[in-house]
Amino acid sequence: MKNFQHEDQELLHKESGILTAKLQRRSFLQYAGAGAAGIALIAAGCKKDNETSGAHTGVDLGTGDVGILNYAYALEQLEAAFYTAVVQSPYSGISAYELSLLTDIRDHEIAHREFFKKALGSSAIIGLTVDFTSINFSVRDNVLATAKAFEDLGVSAYNGAGNLIKSADYLLLAGKIVSVEARHAALIRDLISNGSFADSTVIDLNGLDKARAPKDVLAIAQTYVKTTINGSNLPTATA
Amino acid sequence: MNIVNILEEIEKVDGEIYERISPRRAAMKEFYGFGSKVALAAVPLALGSMFKKAYGQTSSTVLDVLNFALTLEYLEFYFYQTGAAASGLVPSGVHASAINTILTHEMEHVALLKGAITASGGTPVSFTADQFDYTAKGNFPTVFTSFPTFLAVAQGFEDTGVRAYKGQAGNLISAPGVLQTALQIHSVEARHASHIRQARRTTEGGGLTALKPWVTGANDSGVPQLDMTYAGEDNTVQAGIDITSFGVTAAAASACFDEPLTKEAVLAIASLFIK
Repeated sequence: MKNFQHEDQELLHKESGILTAKLQRRSFLQYAGAGAAGIALIAAGCKKDNETSGAHTGVDLGTGDVGILNYAYALEQLEAAFYTAVVQSPYSGISAYELSLLTDIRDHEIAHREFFKKALGSSAIIGLTVDFTSINFSVRDNVLATAKAFEDLGVSAYNGAGNLIKSADYLLLAGKIVSVEARHAALIRDLISNGSFADSTVIDLNGLDKARAPKDVLAIAQTYVKTTINGSNLPTATA
Repeated sequence: MNIVNILEEIEKVDGEIYERISPRRAAMKEFYGFGSKVALAAVPLALGSMFKKAYGQTSSTVLDVLNFALTLEYLEFYFYQTGAAASGLVPSGVHASAINTILTHEMEHVALLKGAITASGGTPVSFTADQFDYTAKGNFPTVFTSFPTFLAVAQGFEDTGVRAYKGQAGNLISAPGVLQTALQIHSVEARHASHIRQARRTTEGGGLTALKPWVTGANDSGVPQLDMTYAGEDNTVQAGIDITSFGVTAAAASACFDEPLTKEAVLAIASLFIK
């Protein structure tokens, strides 16, 4: 119980520092609500179902909206590092056109990464160490296939994180970024095979793009990151 | 999982659940007090009516968003349907298959939104093809005879669609399921926009070789009639942070964040195409 309240206070402290100093009404209600629930918990004498064991290690993304922003920050770090490597040593036979597009994407991902870092301030996680040993940067097919995987993953990550965000401001920011990631994804897919920008491997029969929960995204992303990312304290969707 | 846990779980996605249930904090205390006094079997019933009351008030906002989205999807659907059927308009091969892919998605979005609105007890808006004027009152007279013009209008619709969904996300925070679905449509529209922009670079699509798959500046379409669609897209400051301070160009800083449009702005654009 003690931990629970402490965590909330810490989160409250963290949240008030980022993007806006003003604690929003929604957030206030959330904490007030959590307090009420806490009191009820004692009264009911029950165990919290969603308590984490504390056995996890690695870089803790954190809880609540800060956790989700750090989650996005982690993914943007991965993408920025990838495209930086791509532009630094372009694959053989790259056209000027492809290099200019990949350079644009690199700049977008760097901007996203730096934006989250600055917005998170002291709540930001450390810089992650990437592991690209599985990627052959000199081969076009290999680079574009990896880019496609990253972009589709990024789109599904933001789509799956939207309903975990409590602040409308952060939700809008995530929305501003996800459509740019989707533009990247479509372009990379068209470079691989023109017309595959939104094919049936990624869009379902309702015309919907994929949405993945953070734990599923992190399991995939971890393959390319040496640093262990711990997303166990992130909010989860209600069943 | 007991009731408190359920409330906590809901609270994760709906920070205002306690406020929704009762406008007064004191009322929550009453509820907990009440819960401990009544028989366990009666609690789910009380909870059910409590939620109904809590969410009944917001459903009209959500339904409004869904009907707004459905209007735009109809606008797009009939556009691509008419274009795909226009003899000699869309070149065969990759262009035809891409337009068909997009047409299929818009049709699926229409069906999905209609179903969602009906299931929520609302009445879906309804349009027929002849209610739309894709020349936009004469602004695009060759929309169904010139492939470059068709693609220019398509780009306008897709980029407007992306901005429209983005602008409504905040109105769906209280309905996490609907929000996620809207986001899943939103990114599909962005994929469409990316491809349409690529198609406009091809010779048969108009040969706009400088056009990028992302939105750069206040109107990169080359079509002055689309100014309203791109108003504000040249923004380079996000949450008070100047994106150019990270060493990227103003063009990249503008392109790496897409901007929302209000419902009013979107309807002003859409109304040009509605008879």
